[in-house]
Order: sequence, then C-alpha cells, then structure tokens
Amino acid sequence: MRQITIPISDEVIRSLKVGDPVLLNGVMVTGRDAVHKWLVETFIYKTRPPQGDDLEVYEAIKPLLNGGGIYHCGPVVAGLDTKDYRFVAAGPTTSSREEPYQGDVMRHFNLKGVIGKGGMGAKTLQACQEVPGVYFHAIGGAASWIAQSVQRVLGVYKLDFGVPEAMWVIEVKDFPAVVTMDAHGQSQHAVIEERSRQVLEQLIGLGR
Amino acid sequence: MTPDLTPQFLELIRLAATDLPPDVEAALRQAVEQEEPGSAARGALETILKNVELSRANQTPICQDTGTPIFYVYHPEGWSTRKLRQQIEEAVVQATQKSYLRPNSVDSLSGKNSGNNLGGNYFPTIHFEEVEGDALTVDLMLKGGGCENVGAQYSLPYNTLKAGRDLEGVRRVVLDAVHQAQGQGCAPGILGVAIGGDRGSGYYASKEVLFRRLDDENENPELAHLEKRLTEEANQLGIGPMGFGGKTTVLGTKITALNRLPASYFVTVSYMCWAYRRRRMVWQDGNVSFE
Ligand code: SF4
Repeated sequence: MRQITIPISDEVIRSLKVGDPVLLNGVMVTGRDAVHKWLVETFIYKTRPPQGDDLEVYEAIKPLLNGGGIYHCGPVVAGLDTKDYRFVAAGPTTSSREEPYQGDVMRHFNLKGVIGKGGMGAKTLQACQEVPGVYFHAIGGAASWIAQSVQRVLGVYKLDFGVPEAMWVIEVKDFPAVVTMDAHGQSQHAVIEERSRQVLEQLIGLGR
Repeated sequence: MTPDLTPQFLELIRLAATDLPPDVEAALRQAVEQEEPGSAARGALETILKNVELSRANQTPICQDTGTPIFYVYHPEGWSTRKLRQQIEEAVVQATQKSYLRPNSVDSLSGKNSGNNLGGNYFPTIHFEEVEGDALTVDLMLKGGGCENVGAQYSLPYNTLKAGRDLEGVRRVVLDAVHQAQGQGCAPGILGVAIGGDRGSGYYASKEVLFRRLDDENENPELAHLEKRLTEEANQLGIGPMGFGGKTTVLGTKITALNRLPASYFVTVSYMCWAYRRRRMVWQDGNVSFE
C-alpha cells in the first residue's frame, strides 16, 4: 500500500487517483463542524471579529495546515484531567456537513488533504482541482483501529469547543484511507450515487 | 424496594460501547465473503472486523461517536423510575470518565458540551414502561449522529416516488431513504422501519424495532416478506460498505406497524450503522445477566 507523508507535495497529490488505498504519515489536525464555521467566519469571510485566543490559534495552525491535512474527527480522548492526552477512539465523522466551508478552507490554508467519511460535493471537488488536493476516505466506525495509528497527541486548540469539536494536533503512522476524490475531478461518490440512482429507478419503475 | 444497580448499568454501557453483539458480527463476517477480494468494499469490512476485535479486547469504544444513549427500561410494579433515572445518569457519568463514552451532550443554544453526557431530560434518553412479573429488563442502544442524520420520515402519498398508502408505497420510500443515505450512515446499515403512528411515535418505534435480532423473522408474514425483499433490493443498489460500491449496503431490515390516524400515513426509517451497539440487561432476584 502506498505511503503518503504529510505535508504532501503537489506532485504527489496529482499522482493520486480515485480508488488508491494509502497509509498516511505525519502531522494532521482534527477539525469538524465548529472549527470550520469558526475558521470561515473569523478569517475567511470575516463576518465575525477575532476574539479571545483566535489570532494566536490562527497563527499556530497556519503552518500545520499549509500542505497538510485536516481530519473530520471527534475523538474519544483519555487523560483529560492530567493533560497527558491519548486517543482512545478516533474514526472519521461525516464530511458532507463541511461542504459549504471546505473548499474555501482548502484555498485559504493551501490544505492538501481532507480526511473524513462519506465524501463531499461539487464545491470541494472543484477546490481539489485548484489547490490541488484530495479527499481521503477513512473507515467510518473503525475508531479503535484508527486510534492505534495515532502515535502522539502533540497539542490541542479550542478545547472550549468541547472534546469532539476541538482541534487536536496528532502525529499519525500508517493511518489507513482510500482516495475517493482526486485532483483530476474524479469522485467515487458521484459515480456511486448516479449508478445507484439508476438501479433505484429501475426497481421502483421510474424512468427519467 | 428499588435496588442500587448503578454498577450493573455501567457494565451495560461498557458492553454496548465496546463489544459488538454476536449476531451483528456474524452478519459482517458473512458480508466480507460476498465482496471481491482486493476491493475497497472488502478492505473496509476487513478493517471493520479488526476494529471489532480490537475494541472488545481493549475495552475501547467500537466507534468514537458513542451516540445518544437510548435506554428502554421495563420495570416491575412499584419500582421508582426517579431512582432508576438517577442510577442510569450516574452510570453514564462514570462511563464517560472511563472513556467508554465520548462527551456527547451539547447545549443547542450555547454550543457548550456538558462534558459528562448529561443534559436535560432527553440526554440520555430513557423510556420507562411497567411490566408484569418481577424482572427488570433494560435495553440500551448507542446511536451515533452519522446514521441518525440519514434517518427519514415520509408522509404518504409521496408523489415523486409514486408511493401510495400501501406496502408497495412503503417499499418505494424505504429504498429511496437508502439511496439518499449512500454511505453516509456508515454502511452497511440496518433499517428500522415504522409504518403508521404519528411523527413522534413513528421515530420511537423505528428505533425500538432495531432491538430485534438480525436473524429473527417477523411474526407477520407480509412484513417478513417485505423485510427480506427490502434487504435484497437495497443491496442491489450497489452502494456498498462506506459507499465504496459493493454488494453489502444493508445487513437487515426490521419493520413494525402502528395504528395511525385516518388522515396520516407516515413511514419512518431509522438507519443504524454497522456499529450496531445494542445490549440488554436482565435483573431478577439479585441476579444480573447481559445479552
Ligand atoms: S454512523 Fe455509526 S459507525 Fe459511523 S461514525 Fe456514526 S456512530 Fe460511528
């Protein structure tokens, strides 16, 4: 299986194709609903002024996201009281909720890899072609298994969003995923959705 | 009168969160064999099974989204449901501390996570019902957000799908729900379907029916037939594990029917992900067993 190291170069990104199984290595940052909304409103559309530690966190995550990966994940974390954090369960969450934001976040931070489950839509696919970037599909629900690939928790930002919604900076080794959207405009999700629609129409006798 | 069963409730939660029931695991093992060697679908199921084994061995959550804990409590006459609720809530707090559960209860207005999985009267969700006899039975399901979000309720007739108020109409909307869900609810899923009721009771019953074993058969022959047919047809859609494409889109379908108003005909579909975490505890005369 192909090993991919984060940060990922444009050349490597362009060489990845829909259907490729990969193992990810390096540092990634978790971010889901609250993080995407916050990033976009505070730093991209600027509809909300930065507050509290916003600017500090922004400066800290910029280099991590540049060429890096964001993982749609709300982990179970042990060691919350001692701050000796350890990931116990860390599978992906449904990515489609970030569809309104993801493309802009990718462009703003030069984000190369989006890791999640269920795939994303046309806006993100467009950004994958421009940035360029890819969507890595992790195995939904395989949380204990994936947590094993998390070697270390390097830090956490925005813990006030709650444990599942915070930005956890993690170092992963052999994190398993499959490319389901690539930088060449291909999406496995669009293909399966269309194919299954045709079967559905046959099954219930609705032609188009 | 009402004994303290907090430790037993904690064990019930641990079991549900970390140890997938045998009927579900067996169905997943069967599914692996259906998928092409080397396919992404097969790879996904293989990873899922490795994860199931690992979670059981390490007592860690099968999935990080430990969902809404939904309890169905069937208690003998004279028990205090107030005390039972306190005990269940205490067990939920302890399970969160032990990392069996992720802190999952978020205030919808402030966005604050309570940190201990408590919050109001609906988190955790506890349904009480008094039953005959002297045994206490508690069913627990952990239902995550990904699969809950792809649940659907249709009001029939539903013209876009030419679905009328009969079992053919039910079939049409259920297949549509599976198509809409794609892989987003962590396919392969299990479908809990309630025909009739009102909007509230429909969702309630569509979850309750998910407590049936995967390999049992519906007592109503018509529904038994529809359950089999829907499972087969959903699998023909080719959505496959995680939506990667493949033969296994759903592992099973469970249907129940409720009385309805003359004016209403709802079909409610609760989609349960492969991480079908449901367990039962039975207490009688001081003895506890888990299944
Ligand atoms: S849908 Fe189920 S398996 Fe998938 S992430 Fe949610 S709880 Fe976990």
